Amino acid sequence: MSFITKPKVAHPQLPRNELNLTVRDYEGAMSTLCAGCGHDSITGAIMQAAFELAIPPYRMAKLSGIGCSSKTPAYFASASHGFNTVHGRMPSVATGANAANPDLYYIGVSGDGDTLSIGLGQFLHAVRRNLNMLYLIENNGVYGLTKGQFSASADVGSRAKKGETNQQPPIDPALTLLATGATFIARSFSGDREQLVPLIKAGLTHRGFAVIDVISPCVTFNDHEGSTKSYEFTRKHAMTAIYADFVPPAREIRAQYAAGEAMPVQMHDGSQIVLRKADGAYDPTDRVAAFEYIQTHQKAGEIVTGLLYIDETKPDMHELANTPPGPLASLPFAKVCPGNKTLASIQSRLR
Amino acid sequence: MSIVSKRPQDNDFTLKIGNVNGTGSASANSMLMKSLFRMGIPVCGKNYFPSNIQGLPTWYEIRVSAEGHLARSGRVDLMVAMNAETYRKDHADVAPAGYLLYDSTWPRSQLFNRTDIHILAVPLSRICNENFNNARSRILMKNIMYVGVLAALLDLDMNIIKQLLNEQFAAKASLLDANQKAIDLGFAYAKENFSCPLPFRARTLDKTRDHIMIDGNTTAALGCLYAGATVGAWYPITPSTSLMDAFKKFCDKYRKDPETGKANYCIIQAEDELGAIGMVLGASWNGARSFTPTSGPGISLMNEFLGYGYFTEIPAVVFDVQRCGPSTGMPTRTQQADLMACAYASHGDTRHVLLFPANPEEAFYQAVQAFDLAERLQTPVIVLTDLDIGMNDWMCRDLKWDDSYQPDRGKVLTAEQIAALPKFNRYTDTDGDGIAARTLPGTHPKGAFFTRGSGHNMYGAYTEDAAEYQAVVDRLRRKFDTAKELMPTAEADIDPKCRSGFLTIGSCDNAVKEARAQLAESGLRLNYLRVKGFPFGKDVQDYLDSHDRIYVVEQNRDAQLRSLLMLETRVDPNKLVPVLHYDGLPILARSVVDGVNQDLARGKAA
Ligand SMILES: Cc1ncc(C[n+]2csc(CCOP(=O)(O)OP(=O)(O)O)c2C)c(N)n1
Ligand code: SF4
Ligand SMILES: [Mg+2]
Repeated sequence: MSFITKPKVAHPQLPRNELNLTVRDYEGAMSTLCAGCGHDSITGAIMQAAFELAIPPYRMAKLSGIGCSSKTPAYFASASHGFNTVHGRMPSVATGANAANPDLYYIGVSGDGDTLSIGLGQFLHAVRRNLNMLYLIENNGVYGLTKGQFSASADVGSRAKKGETNQQPPIDPALTLLATGATFIARSFSGDREQLVPLIKAGLTHRGFAVIDVISPCVTFNDHEGSTKSYEFTRKHAMTAIYADFVPPAREIRAQYAAGEAMPVQMHDGSQIVLRKADGAYDPTDRVAAFEYIQTHQKAGEIVTGLLYIDETKPDMHELANTPPGPLASLPFAKVCPGNKTLASIQSRLR
Repeated sequence: MSIVSKRPQDNDFTLKIGNVNGTGSASANSMLMKSLFRMGIPVCGKNYFPSNIQGLPTWYEIRVSAEGHLARSGRVDLMVAMNAETYRKDHADVAPAGYLLYDSTWPRSQLFNRTDIHILAVPLSRICNENFNNARSRILMKNIMYVGVLAALLDLDMNIIKQLLNEQFAAKASLLDANQKAIDLGFAYAKENFSCPLPFRARTLDKTRDHIMIDGNTTAALGCLYAGATVGAWYPITPSTSLMDAFKKFCDKYRKDPETGKANYCIIQAEDELGAIGMVLGASWNGARSFTPTSGPGISLMNEFLGYGYFTEIPAVVFDVQRCGPSTGMPTRTQQADLMACAYASHGDTRHVLLFPANPEEAFYQAVQAFDLAERLQTPVIVLTDLDIGMNDWMCRDLKWDDSYQPDRGKVLTAEQIAALPKFNRYTDTDGDGIAARTLPGTHPKGAFFTRGSGHNMYGAYTEDAAEYQAVVDRLRRKFDTAKELMPTAEADIDPKCRSGFLTIGSCDNAVKEARAQLAESGLRLNYLRVKGFPFGKDVQDYLDSHDRIYVVEQNRDAQLRSLLMLETRVDPNKLVPVLHYDGLPILARSVVDGVNQDLARGKAA
């Protein structure tokens, strides 16, 4: 483990974003995860996406629970605010933080244990509130940090490194999210950066709770034969239903799409994501159809990836609460304290 | 020495009404209490209700005390028995020479056979049936009718009752007439059939001017409103629920922006108490004043996060409206049994700043102070009230607000201050008070830091280094010393010549003061100290040092306040005599007097 920060001298050739920053400005401390861990690739994709969106690092809050995956907010955007909460409870902290200040970008990073076991309750309630944040599940089918126990996302028949076979049915985040009313559901693979970066950008832009379930192999405890969350298995069985291209506001859609295949979705900030269907039959705005599609393919042993469902019309927590823009903490005190005269009039009814 | 229990007298008696919950007796009871209050006589009301929605017994007790002794009296001079299920018990509870009033539509002369009390038989149901048509109103009017009977028996001011009816039914004239009629019928019946007034009665005084009748959950909610709290997160639990209900009601009314119509607050009903405290920490991290009300079971669930808040130094305000534990316990009964659980909540070396209001008035001011302390000290602050304070109506002095108040946001750096720093280090204490400056996310590019519950050093970086870790926890210890100086000083009444005294906490206040007066009458003078917060300040240590015998009065079985004093001061435990009351009903003066007398008797025997 080393905490020597690399000098952020950018190569003169490195591209710069609208803030004149390079991708190096979105780096964090050096990762302490195992070499080859899927989580590190996701960290790279987050940096790339934040860079491409030109998010001012200090306007971004990175939150996590506990686990190898939850350590990663320290490994990107050291100029952003980090909040490494307790195990499974990041959604509540994100809810409070977001309630107090709707103007920051919120990125939550969690693991399958953190989200689907200890934190399942908080996770689903953040979904219900349509909290405006991007939530990444770095899903490796095991508890990495506590050394390889099965997690709630392990498939039936999946074999642990020490040999036991998992017998309990998995909790599939995508299906669970479809059933509980989530407004942005995606699945991807840590090894597929092409797919992951635009999904992260779209998720950060989505007004509401955006979840990306990223299969992220644990090379130390769950990358062997018999695991359904290994690099090999995932490469073999992942099938993309939909490609998502992210188009920032004020930029025209330049790519050419075959007729009938492209489907632009307007985001709240004026940007667009253009969905390209690999399978013309798929409709990512139809919750029931999405459910059926994922399950049918699951039966056939395929992991459907891409932007599986999107609904940009649902109000988020703030819209429902009718709160003002900007941090609540910056309201002038006179606006939040009714004063002595009002106190006297309240009391006149108590005699 | 023994205290002879006094006979009831004018303006000094206790009235108790036994009823069935869900029958609408609350408005009749509150009318009785308010009419006494408006007659200028000190009163308090205690509601003993079941953990149930409808159909179980409930009692309301009104104590009238010209001298202003407003703890539970522990006696019943006039029982209004409206619930046949509890007739037997209610009959037994009346003090000798007292009165029992019941609905004699169904006579029970065999059951009510005590010869040392008076039975007042009023055929309430029959009168109602003869005078009201509709079935629902017959039940409701039966309750309001006993107000009329009592008005005659106790000589209540009928003009005040009329006024109260007018206020209550300003919008519903038909209800006003029916209620007035019921009261008049009850009044007439009593005048005709009993010798009115009774030997003890209400007499107009002028002792409630500049006072209000209010419960502590409402005042705590007002405190949150006035302190500028903008985020409230909660999970419903008796007896704390009405705190958030009140906050919501006040926000609806006083926090809607007149220009934009926007809600200048955000209230979140969490999925559980773990969620509620997590939300409070998240909101406070982002600079909003944020709080959660709960009770014992919620505190148990919040433990991990409370330790997190302590270690990462995030402000949070928690109200623990204590109820009877352990476990689910008795949700609608009161206790002070969460002291230890709150003082050291969570694993590891943690300790928390606590406030102990004694009544609704203090709950208002301490709610405000809790936010100032939490932000100044960057740590969770728990305000411990209890069911008695939170849900019962107390007579309190008018609440005052100083319009020049500005919240103490603590050491929060502005964008300019951050910009001027060579580098921001989150956990570096620069002035020796144990508190490091913090930044709010999004303020300035140089202000970022990483909040983590894992080992961190004075710069906020992850560490497993022994010395770096220890430097941080040692500073947290120093911060607690700073806290001592910021805590409210204890309420004290000390005669320096006297070497024995009481030391008490929270809602024991009235009972201990009454006991003290009774003991003084019989020749035993005792000093008085009521702690208002934890950690204990120098004044508490001085009191302990300057007394040889200290009666520590509290409402729990295990003498938790006494334990805290033993752990946190240099007191000799032998001089701390526990006086404990923990049956779930509010403490009364008698149990305090008994506790002192038992100790004195032991001393004589030894
Ligand atoms: C309350 C609590 N219980 C247990 C733990 C121990 N623990 C730490 S990480 C972890 C599992 C993490 O699994 P996952 O979220 O899948 O993360 P991964 O390490 O696989 O990325 C557990 C059980 C803890 N930190 N806190
Ligand atoms: S144990 Fe697994 S999840 Fe944890 S860092 Fe190593 S490879 Fe990644
Ligand atoms: Mg995992």
